[in-house]
Amino acid sequence: MTIAENAPAPAIVDQEEATRARRARINRIAKWTLPSLVMVLSILAWHLYVTINEIPHYILPGPVLVAQSIVNDWELLWPAMLTTTRLTVFALILAILGGVALAVAFTQSKWAEMSFFPYAVILQVTPVIAIAPLLQIYMDSAFAAALACAWIVAFFPILSNTTIGLKSADHNLEDLFTIYGATRWQRLRLLAAPSALPFFLGGLKIAGGLALIGAVVAEFVIGRSGTGLGLASTLLEASYRFNFGRLYAALILISAMGVVIFAITSLISHLMLRKWHESALKRE
Amino acid sequence: MTPIRERPPLLTMSHIEKTFAGEVVALKDMNLTVNDGDFMSLLGPSGCGKSTALRLISGLMHPTRGKIEWAGGQGSDDLGVVFQEPTLMPWATVAQNVWLPFRLRGTPYSAVKDEILEALKLVGLEKFQTSYPRELSGGMKMRVSIARAMVTKPRLILMDEPFAALDEITRFKLNNDLLELKAAIGCTVIFVTHSVFESVFLSDRIVVMAARPGRVIHELEVDTPYPRSEDFRTSSEYAAHTRAASEALGEAIELAA
Repeated sequence: MTIAENAPAPAIVDQEEATRARRARINRIAKWTLPSLVMVLSILAWHLYVTINEIPHYILPGPVLVAQSIVNDWELLWPAMLTTTRLTVFALILAILGGVALAVAFTQSKWAEMSFFPYAVILQVTPVIAIAPLLQIYMDSAFAAALACAWIVAFFPILSNTTIGLKSADHNLEDLFTIYGATRWQRLRLLAAPSALPFFLGGLKIAGGLALIGAVVAEFVIGRSGTGLGLASTLLEASYRFNFGRLYAALILISAMGVVIFAITSLISHLMLRKWHESALKRE
Repeated sequence: MTPIRERPPLLTMSHIEKTFAGEVVALKDMNLTVNDGDFMSLLGPSGCGKSTALRLISGLMHPTRGKIEWAGGQGSDDLGVVFQEPTLMPWATVAQNVWLPFRLRGTPYSAVKDEILEALKLVGLEKFQTSYPRELSGGMKMRVSIARAMVTKPRLILMDEPFAALDEITRFKLNNDLLELKAAIGCTVIFVTHSVFESVFLSDRIVVMAARPGRVIHELEVDTPYPRSEDFRTSSEYAAHTRAASEALGEAIELAA
């Protein structure tokens, strides 16, 4: 027996496994570097296109001008972004409260569902842009009117997803709860609510984006008359003044808000489901 | 163990009839006395109303005619149920799943921690208390389901083809374990199955049912004493009982045809 035999043997990795490991490593890096590279190249192409062809800034401002606008107009853009954020977040919170409450009411009482569900659908399918001017007339505060618009758009996915989710509990578990004499409240809290959670979180991801869209639409319609609403009003106003640098700056900030909202709702969803739900599991 | 005839009755079904939507007769004039300590199999072709009988006993359905009486009345903790699927809550850990029957009665976890651990020990899963169902194999999930049914030490456990979806090796193992568990907690079991072999190995009473309308056509006794080991499966006694049960089942199938 030699000493070499006692030394720890190198891990036996066959060709296929080695290739697989290498590919996984490359994918991990590429997942971040590729989109970043695409972004850098696109901005570069945009810059070159504008400078080489000498495109006037009131048609397409270059990335440098837009960046300057973000910096120079920050004092105007930042409060506008806060307003839009407040509008979106309030609308989303109200959509969650209203959507979940109504979904619970629907699943607790068939009569309530039969009576009101068609109207929830009507509210959803009516284009919000058509309701916004009315809301502006009936509500004194422009902020409240805009909030109502954003809420109408955001609340339906929460309502419909949560309603389906609350009804999706395993039938045998329902029976088991009956056999063990569960109360209505226990059934809702221990069975229906956890069953509905993945559905609700799916609805939340959609509603987050829709709340922002609703806020933007509301600002376009309601913010027009100098009510000093948020980013979308700023964007519209900049377009009237042919200040395209500011317009693009506002647009980029709105997009960034959408990305942040999506990231936050996705993170919430991941954290709440990672331990047990199929959607959050890693495949082996 | 007390011979079948000397056991006190636990539950009596008399002249039970169940008709669905006013026309489909699932059960007709079913009479059955379940004794305290029985391991009773309900054996029959599909559509013979064996699952309906279980649902009636569990109180999930009520008979159209006839009545079901529990000796000494039925309390809320008299019943444990195991379904064909493990039927666990995927969002709850193994221990939380076993806690469920207590929890629905308002008993806090800390008060029944020992009972939960004991039930999990009986099914050999005490190391998996904090695991989630998705981390377990099919057989292990079924064990959790059995632990949940037993944890309150009910007088009667209803099992509706619990091992039908499992592979044979797992099923044999669970059959052996089930007999040990029953001996350990001393409850009565009603076991719905369509497998002659399973019913002979497990039970001391086999009730054979026929379809259209669902009714009891035979009652067999398997007088081989417990504990029954794996050797029982290859004994001539087993073969004789299996033949008798197969003939009874064959008759049930013929009646329905």
